[in-house]
Amino acid sequence: MAAHLSYGRVNLNVLREAVRRELREFLDKCAGSKAIVWDEYLTGPFGLIAQYSLLKEHEVEKMFTLKGNRLPAADVKNIIFFVRPRLELMDIIAENVLSEDRRGPTRDFHILFVPRRSLLCEQRLKDLGVLGSFIHREEYSLDLIPFDGDLLSMESEGAFKECYLEGDQTSLYHAAKGLMTLQALYGTIPQIFGKGECARQVANMMIRMKREFTGSQNSIFPVFDNLLLLDRNVDLLTPLATQLTYEGLIDEIYGIQNSYVKLPPEKFAPKKQGDGGKDLPTEAKKLQLNSAEELYAEIRDKNFNAVGSVLSKKAKIISAAFEERHNAKTVGEIKQFVSQLPHMQAARGSLANHTSIAELIKDVTTSEDFFDKLTVEQEFMSGIDTDKVNNYIEDCIAQKHSLIKVLRLVCLQSVCNSGLKQKVLDYYKREILQTYGYEHILTLHNLEKAGLLKPQTGGRNNYPTIRKTLRLWMDDVNEQGFCSLIISQNPTDISYVYSGYAPLSVRLAQLLSRPGWRSIEEVLRILPGPHFEERQPLPTGLQKKRQPGENRVTLIFFLGGVTFAEIAALRFLSQLEDGGTEYVIATTKLMNGTSWIEALMEKPF
Amino acid sequence: MDCYTANWNPLGDSAFYRKYELYSMDWDLKEELRDCLVAAAPYGGPIALLRNPWRKEKAASVRPVLDIYSASGMPLASLLEVLQNRVLDARIFHTEFGSGVAILTGAHRFTLSANVGDLKLRRMPEVPGLQSAPSCWTVLCQDRVAHILLAVGPDLYLLDHAACSAVTPPGLAPGVSSFLQMAVSFTYRHLALFTDTGYIWMGTASLKEKLCEFNCNIRAPPKQMVWCSRPRSKERAVVVAWERRLMVVGDAPESIQYKQLTIQVLLDRLVLRRLYPLAIQICEYLRLPEVQGVSRILAHWACYKVQQKDVSDEDVARAINQKLGDTPGVSYSDIAARAYGCGRTELAIKLLEYEPRSGEQVPLLLKMKRSKLALSKAIESGDTDLVFTVLLHLKNELNRGDFFMTLRNQPMALSLYRQFCKHQELETLKDLYNQDDNHQELGSFHIRASYAAEERIEGRVAALQTAADAFYKAKNEFAAKATEDQMRLLRLQRRLEDELGGQFLDLSLHDTVTTLILGGHNKRAEQLARDFRIPDKRLWWLKLTALADLEDWEELEKFSKSKKSPIGYLPFVEICMKQHNKYEAKKYASRVGPEQKVKALLLVGDVAQAADVAIEHRNEAELSLVLSHCTGATDGATADKIQRARAQAQKK
Repeated sequence: MAAHLSYGRVNLNVLREAVRRELREFLDKCAGSKAIVWDEYLTGPFGLIAQYSLLKEHEVEKMFTLKGNRLPAADVKNIIFFVRPRLELMDIIAENVLSEDRRGPTRDFHILFVPRRSLLCEQRLKDLGVLGSFIHREEYSLDLIPFDGDLLSMESEGAFKECYLEGDQTSLYHAAKGLMTLQALYGTIPQIFGKGECARQVANMMIRMKREFTGSQNSIFPVFDNLLLLDRNVDLLTPLATQLTYEGLIDEIYGIQNSYVKLPPEKFAPKKQGDGGKDLPTEAKKLQLNSAEELYAEIRDKNFNAVGSVLSKKAKIISAAFEERHNAKTVGEIKQFVSQLPHMQAARGSLANHTSIAELIKDVTTSEDFFDKLTVEQEFMSGIDTDKVNNYIEDCIAQKHSLIKVLRLVCLQSVCNSGLKQKVLDYYKREILQTYGYEHILTLHNLEKAGLLKPQTGGRNNYPTIRKTLRLWMDDVNEQGFCSLIISQNPTDISYVYSGYAPLSVRLAQLLSRPGWRSIEEVLRILPGPHFEERQPLPTGLQKKRQPGENRVTLIFFLGGVTFAEIAALRFLSQLEDGGTEYVIATTKLMNGTSWIEALMEKPF
Repeated sequence: MDCYTANWNPLGDSAFYRKYELYSMDWDLKEELRDCLVAAAPYGGPIALLRNPWRKEKAASVRPVLDIYSASGMPLASLLEVLQNRVLDARIFHTEFGSGVAILTGAHRFTLSANVGDLKLRRMPEVPGLQSAPSCWTVLCQDRVAHILLAVGPDLYLLDHAACSAVTPPGLAPGVSSFLQMAVSFTYRHLALFTDTGYIWMGTASLKEKLCEFNCNIRAPPKQMVWCSRPRSKERAVVVAWERRLMVVGDAPESIQYKQLTIQVLLDRLVLRRLYPLAIQICEYLRLPEVQGVSRILAHWACYKVQQKDVSDEDVARAINQKLGDTPGVSYSDIAARAYGCGRTELAIKLLEYEPRSGEQVPLLLKMKRSKLALSKAIESGDTDLVFTVLLHLKNELNRGDFFMTLRNQPMALSLYRQFCKHQELETLKDLYNQDDNHQELGSFHIRASYAAEERIEGRVAALQTAADAFYKAKNEFAAKATEDQMRLLRLQRRLEDELGGQFLDLSLHDTVTTLILGGHNKRAEQLARDFRIPDKRLWWLKLTALADLEDWEELEKFSKSKKSPIGYLPFVEICMKQHNKYEAKKYASRVGPEQKVKALLLVGDVAQAADVAIEHRNEAELSLVLSHCTGATDGATADKIQRARAQAQKK
């Protein structure tokens, strides 16, 4: 079911199995038939570690969504609430339990807190007079969920807002706990690097937690050589730009949720002869996207411009393979052909799906507005006209394009100019408030608090220094300026993921691996938050002796979210022949500029 | 070499043994041992001694007393006073709670103490018809509870705290009129019975299963019968001894692990006798993992240490930390809890300083009413749930002023509490911002309130006014002005609703103006745009969009001619085409400036003219754009024209 998790350098299936085991153990504690009442937000992430079949094996007969009033009728012995530790959810649970009691005491109630049990919540249940109704109150430390062979996410939607706006470090604490779990399974990580305030705090918590567990010496040979903790606010720029990898664009346009995407169904209509095109499906087409699908693994991280040629090449190979049947003469040959048929059919299905998706995306990327937007983004990122009101943004506002699109662009301009001139900033803000409504003053305030939108202080723009030192713009990488199409087909640098812009966060990781951060001290000082290095001493028996040519494995943890384009860039680095480092990526949330800004928006009505 | 083998005596053919004194007993016995009833625990465990059990006098001063000694004769408990008239017999047994003792009194009643350290004697129920001592008896321990099994004539009785019940061993050969001897295995799992018919019955101690039966053809009561087995062997056997005969009776191997006295029990015994250094030496000698060995002993030592009232808190804490350091597995909070239990709060706090786990520090600190210290510990841990717990505790403990002051010094806790208030106690949130003079946040607070709490327009405007005032105080002129604009707009929208009907409230300014135009109120729209100084460019876009929506082409044309368009004329072309009105679109295409001319002509489908303009411009990008639009057969000539122009351009 999850074989693709074990393809990578680090077998993340070990983690998946560990969390599955923990889940089974809990379910078995509540002997007899069960109904699970779900905090709706959890169902997506849970789907990645346990299908319904697993629950069913452990006598889960019914599933409900947590909501007020009475629970739906269910003839089961146990009712288990799977919830995040949130006060408002406790109130609903109490309501459920109290209305249940009136019908006669027949069931056993249990709570499973995900990812952590909370005294605060238990106090609330106590205040509501229902704490005693629960037989088991336990926690399920599902901090990091394996998404792919090299990708872990906490899927904590509010993490960025909580950390950078509200001073609430709960998700950092969970991140540290998740890292401790990883170390328990994959060995102590000998070196920790970090950049940013939150990174510093997570490292502190890890060191502290390690001290708490001094009793249990970890005797597992370390799989990871380094951990790099990166604050999202060290690189506010990257997520604002439009991702141009295949997976990135799918996410930008349709949004990928817990590795699933919902697509407009028209393009996926089954082509049956004589059907006359009737009965077009009306329900969105839902597809799972991960490296278990061979073709997707090959194209997901490519620049979208390079996807078409791969698809057509694949199409030729597959039809050639099907043609083979005419050459199959002997019974043996036919048998051989038939044995390959299921694989070929799967490949053909996969190709058909991705051809349809690519067509859908192409409709968007070839539109004039997409081109205009991209042009403006690229101008900003390369440092052109970042200090004055931009015509395109102005027109977008005047035509009432989506507010998120406008905010992404304005924030991008602000970040690429180390803040906007007060006059320019006020102009944009006023335009936005007049056009989209004054209530958005709260959203603007949030963006300012997060540093995404700000007045330039001291009249100094640091971005050009950062851009040049870190070679963020392709022209700085290569003076001749290759044709972007060539770059996208056969990239030599991570900048291909944004067709010219190299994501700052990934560049930091790359430079850390070679030649080391000492070479960019000046830029590190400009970027917010401290940078640091910590060592976790290993017993001599566990110290690694690297074979010549053996790559290091770095776990890179994005605190506050990561985009698919950044992931693609890191995979690109992992695959470089002389790269020297392979990356496993962890994050609080898989995100893109739209979902990011959306989480920061505040709608008072 | 003589001297080494001299003391060894042969035992059978291949074994030798020797006898020498390991140590002398420390006890100071006035009586001879043969005058006492003695029972010793296995593996050098304690020895129970009942003095003068057969003395006839009944004077209170010479009541029989049961003393318990260590294996080396150190008194452990001499307090156990037997209240019965006479003690006929005693057995020591072992449970998870420690060693217990069972006593058969002269009144033929059984009394039991589950733990020799805990002096609760429990009288067992009477055995019906028991007039004399049972022929034999023993203690069985099952599920942590001690039972007594006794034999009276042909019957076996099981005694527990509540009742006395007759039991029958399964598969026992008939004809038994008396049980002469019984033995229970060390693990209490197995039982052996010796009957007057010369049979040995072996089975489980639960008396539910028979292992085997053996007829030894000897009817004399054996002197001793014990279970035995070789270490780690799965074979079990019973050894029966008579005056001149020894017999080993075994059964088929079965997979039951024979438990021995574990090293843990040995260490526990040493610790209970406060022989800490010896225990530590043993741990080190055996290289036990620290958590199981040294740490545990040090922790026990520390718990003992905190009870030394004559030593100052500082000295105790220092001594403990010096010895324990960061030894893994030591729970400083357990030791601190012990100190607090002894009434030494200050010492407990000092000890908690060494505790690395905040989750352990905090509850004890709260219990000791050191909530502020608990707060900083909780913050250090990063565990926000722990911080919340302390905060709610503090909130109840302190008055509001003190509580707020405490928060003020702890920014992390303050942010968390703000989040809590945002969802649970909005009024408190306001007070918090007020206390900190955080006018910016106060402004935002009132903005939110204007939406959430207020229905009436007057109330909403008042809330916004408060917000604007706060923004002024925060020196955020922009936000203050914007909020004042919003108030103005709200009032105006109310008036529009009154005068024109329809929905205006909570539309954005932009949408309000659009709605007015769509409703045909152009004058009012103009006025509003002027009042709020909507930039010309946006106003043109707005009007263009609204008029096209209305398909009021006449008005649109008038508007386009009212002055020179600040947004050019391409948007006019685009919007007409969007409404599928090519006729109108063409009117504007001619007015589009040269830079966008090609685009406009292509939009209205005039490929030929677009080609002419592009050629005139000698613009390669434009040429290829036009070329990409040359699709139909009719465009063939145009395409050729462009190719020719290109070729010509290249010649030059």
